[in-house]
Amino acid sequence: MEGGVVLLDFWPSMFGMRVRIALAEKEIKYEYIEQDLRNKSDLLLQMNPVHKKIPVLVHNGKPICESLVQVQYIDEVWKNQAPLLPADPYKRATARFWADFVDKKMYDSGSRVWKTKGEEQEAAKKEFIGNLKLLEGELGDNLYFGGDGFGYVDVALVPFYCWFYAYEQCGNFSIEAECPKLIAWAKRCMQKESVAKSLADPEKVYGFLLQLKKAYGIE
Amino acid sequence: MMDLASHDWRGMNLRFMKREIYQTLDQAISPIMAVVKLLGTWLSPYSCKVIWALKLKGIPYEYIEEDLSNKSPMLLQYNPVHKKIPVLVHDGKPICESTVILRYIEETWPQNPLLPIDPYERAVALFWIKYADDKNPLIPKLYRTTGEELEQAAKECSEILGTIEEHGLIEGKKFFGGDEINMVDIAFCIVAHWLGVFEEVAGIKVFEPHKFPKLNSWAQNFKSVPVIKENLPDADKIFAVLKRRRETLLAPKSN
Repeated sequence: MEGGVVLLDFWPSMFGMRVRIALAEKEIKYEYIEQDLRNKSDLLLQMNPVHKKIPVLVHNGKPICESLVQVQYIDEVWKNQAPLLPADPYKRATARFWADFVDKKMYDSGSRVWKTKGEEQEAAKKEFIGNLKLLEGELGDNLYFGGDGFGYVDVALVPFYCWFYAYEQCGNFSIEAECPKLIAWAKRCMQKESVAKSLADPEKVYGFLLQLKKAYGIE
Repeated sequence: MMDLASHDWRGMNLRFMKREIYQTLDQAISPIMAVVKLLGTWLSPYSCKVIWALKLKGIPYEYIEEDLSNKSPMLLQYNPVHKKIPVLVHDGKPICESTVILRYIEETWPQNPLLPIDPYERAVALFWIKYADDKNPLIPKLYRTTGEELEQAAKECSEILGTIEEHGLIEGKKFFGGDEINMVDIAFCIVAHWLGVFEEVAGIKVFEPHKFPKLNSWAQNFKSVPVIKENLPDADKIFAVLKRRRETLLAPKSN
């Protein structure tokens, strides 16, 4: 597999979507290879022996793992188009801090919303909304987390938007009611072709989540 | 910042030229002269990581010891999201999360680089730094748990060491950074120093040299680097603190 760009991915993965968005922003042609995570391919196991997870970005035959590392790599190598990280070191530090916040908090608190019931679920919903409100605060009156332009933190966070419908159905709550500014931001991002083409359909995601719940034995 | 060499000086009056020159020099000097403060705690590996990065690059800084049982208003103001140390303050602006801080230091003071220049090699380094960041919180479970929980913690720790041994360390390379340490070596500092203390406190051995020979070699080399050796919190002092913490945590709850 010499030359070119390949992405090993799984259609509902928010982490894979980050990379799809970055590649689209930079107008990079690549080969997308859908992975079956219940029956992992030799290619996946060879390219990510440590975690055996997607997404894996392969460039000139060499693998890069971890979605934010991949986004930063794409931003560095294809630096002449659609820069995702700002030039100023302090602004870059701020962007990395908030992308790190998304990584540490969003997936876990979102997962707990659909995996639990009763009091545990109420606590999970509260934590999840709390995290979104912090992000809303950081966004402020800006169009994007990147300021006037779409950037690194937007790429890190926006894929979760297509999972919101699934979380809302499982948790019986409205994210828009609690965080209207954040939803407005997400819809603004969805106006961009790179985002609209990379995110999965929310109804399909919900269908997938229902299958997952069955597999986990959760009602 | 203007490029003094290529600037067109013709037709400029002397006063304006002086102002332009001073502003340019000021911008060049200010990252160095501006005050750098570090809020940390003496026994935290995350705090040490920042100290090592600053010292390796020769950056003077003011260190402020925080009492985490009584967090200062300054800490709460500078890190309202996580309320944790370390916090680096540069020119009055706070940066939080040790890896974010180290990358900021790397970009602001490029001398003695701590990350590879080649984008692919840098991506590999960042992968291992993320691995360390994700796994580091699991290692202290050794001193906080007992019985089955301790067994599970030991198993997890052993798997982490095995992964680094098998996939992270390259035969013949002294450090992750090659001949000199870099940000990846710094990221694995808990394995090199704190893990031994956790093992002593818990009375359990996980990091057996014969099981992880490359990692053991690396740890000895890492701790011998002068900047590391001279700025490593004393193992006996850490032991005393953690032993007390373990006793408090595992004390039978009164009815």
